[in-house]
Amino acid sequence: MSTHSPRRSTGTDIALIAGFAALIAICAILPSIKLAGPVPITLQTFGVLLTGAVLGPRRGFLAVMLYLAVGAAGLPVFADGRSGFGVFSGPSVGYLVGFPLAAALCGFIVTRLPRKAIQTNVPLIFAAGLVSSALFIHVLGMAGLVWRADVTWAGAFDIDKVFWIGDIIKNVAMALVATAVHRAFPDLLHRRPAPQPESVSTA
Amino acid sequence: MSTIEIEEVTVRLPTADEDLLVLDRTSLRLTERRVALIGPNGSGKSTLARLLNGLVTATTGRVVVDGLDVAKQGREVRRRVGFAFTDPAAQLVMPTAVEDVALSLRRLHKDKRERQRAALAVLDAYGLTGLGDRSVHSLSGGQRQLLALAGVLATDPSILVADEPTTLLDLGNSRRIADLLFSLEQQLVLVTHDLDLAARCDRALLVHDGRVVFDGPADEAVATYRAMA
Amino acid sequence: MSGALLGSYQPGGTWLHRLPASAKLWGLLVLGVVVVAVRGPVSTMLFLAGALGLVAWSGAGLRLFLGALRGILVVVVLLGAYQAWQHGWPRAVESVGDLVALVLLATVLTVTTRIDEVLDAITRGLHPFARLGVDPEKVALAFSLMLRAIPTTIEIADQTRDAAVARGLQRSLRARLTPVVIRVVAHARATGDALHARGIGDDA
Repeated sequence: MSTHSPRRSTGTDIALIAGFAALIAICAILPSIKLAGPVPITLQTFGVLLTGAVLGPRRGFLAVMLYLAVGAAGLPVFADGRSGFGVFSGPSVGYLVGFPLAAALCGFIVTRLPRKAIQTNVPLIFAAGLVSSALFIHVLGMAGLVWRADVTWAGAFDIDKVFWIGDIIKNVAMALVATAVHRAFPDLLHRRPAPQPESVSTA
Repeated sequence: MSTIEIEEVTVRLPTADEDLLVLDRTSLRLTERRVALIGPNGSGKSTLARLLNGLVTATTGRVVVDGLDVAKQGREVRRRVGFAFTDPAAQLVMPTAVEDVALSLRRLHKDKRERQRAALAVLDAYGLTGLGDRSVHSLSGGQRQLLALAGVLATDPSILVADEPTTLLDLGNSRRIADLLFSLEQQLVLVTHDLDLAARCDRALLVHDGRVVFDGPADEAVATYRAMA
Repeated sequence: MSGALLGSYQPGGTWLHRLPASAKLWGLLVLGVVVVAVRGPVSTMLFLAGALGLVAWSGAGLRLFLGALRGILVVVVLLGAYQAWQHGWPRAVESVGDLVALVLLATVLTVTTRIDEVLDAITRGLHPFARLGVDPEKVALAFSLMLRAIPTTIEIADQTRDAAVARGLQRSLRARLTPVVIRVVAHARATGDALHARGIGDDA
């Protein structure tokens, strides 16, 4: 990765990737919220798409991969506190495989937007998230169901559409949060050499 | 003692609208064993401290440590200049105490087991015996700051820059960290709001609005600051 | 909450525990392909018996494995019923048996291998990709940083929830999420500064 600034260094990139991988993990293991009818939704896909929208395609993709790798290694960071390679041999494998690709696509679209839009245009970021989620998470998720659970595409579609309402709500939240984060840190995607003010607080 | 030279340094920070002047044409030569930087929040003293190991780059001017230009020979400079932050939670990057110290030692000891042993020895030296396998997260605030300092000092830098290292600590821990800092062989550049601590230094700089407005004996700088506030 | 993040590793001294993590990973990969590729209910029963044998050998107690199976329980029941209805019992046994066998095998790996060993094995497995720009050292650092970041992020989320509740905003998803993410970014940048100050970006 080329950067003109010695300050926004590899170290910062790795820290951001690790921080967002952890954030996705927290989103996935938080108790699910019952917002839309009987289907409980977790914030897992919120975390995945937000990571793409905040970090851009490359770092976003890597953060989600890191999350999946740590989950596969046995840390219970998948939804419902599951972990291990068992999840990848189960029927939800397609959804997991779709995550890093969706984050990358969402990040790719967002980095193509004008700077002002990234900071304020909630509908555009929402659309980026929805398209990425539909193209990768839902399509690959259904493919996984067809492959691992031996159902037809029509059957997979019936299962998958249960998640749609939750998905729309999550993408609205994602767009609201992503724009706020880009207002707080205008140089997250458009990098330029910037010394740091001493008032930057450390959580 | 090392020599720190700051030559006509200006730091501007780009913001959304216009550039913010954080440090204005400052020149300094620091050779004393203990130098304090005091001044109100946002005065530029942290920026001044961060210049010394390249965490902030000068917009114009030059920072030179022992003849090494920070902008050009950053790697060599960072080996010489250790930096301790206010919040140790941000500085401790590994899951357990011993791993964090081992991270600092990775250049000194290539062998993993040897590095582990050296890291445990460092923990012992800083009174953190038995905490090696503890999650960094589970340590107390005082233990965390002690561990952060141990991680920085493990590589034996010749200068330690500490940015308000006691601000987040209670009275007892704050005293413990201060005593450690003042017992070090290293040259110390200390950013602090604790004026008693500042008064124990050999020289103090009072920073205000991006300028050094007083430079001299620590007790006089502290008196000036008190009069100003 | 961070106590729940220890994973399901069970210490033990069996041959399965002593086997290097990389060997177990490869074994799982190969078995995964074989189980799916070999058709017919008889082979499925053999795989299932083999998986149960490994489960018994790992000495880790049945409860862990039942927990792993509970995650796929609904799917297994639906899948079995659907296949029996559409294609008859042999096909149902095969689909369900293959799925259960694979989940059991993967759980054996998780139960007998420490998380850091698996991560080390993955990191080592990346060495051949160094030529493609993958730096195993940085991957290892990212693993450690993430493990470190999880409790920190939980703490941030807790504090933010308390702050939102204190201001009567507990029902606003936005008031609860935005500050968390902003602090995650600020914290990551501070960590990046600390890595930089400790000369870690300089290794590249």
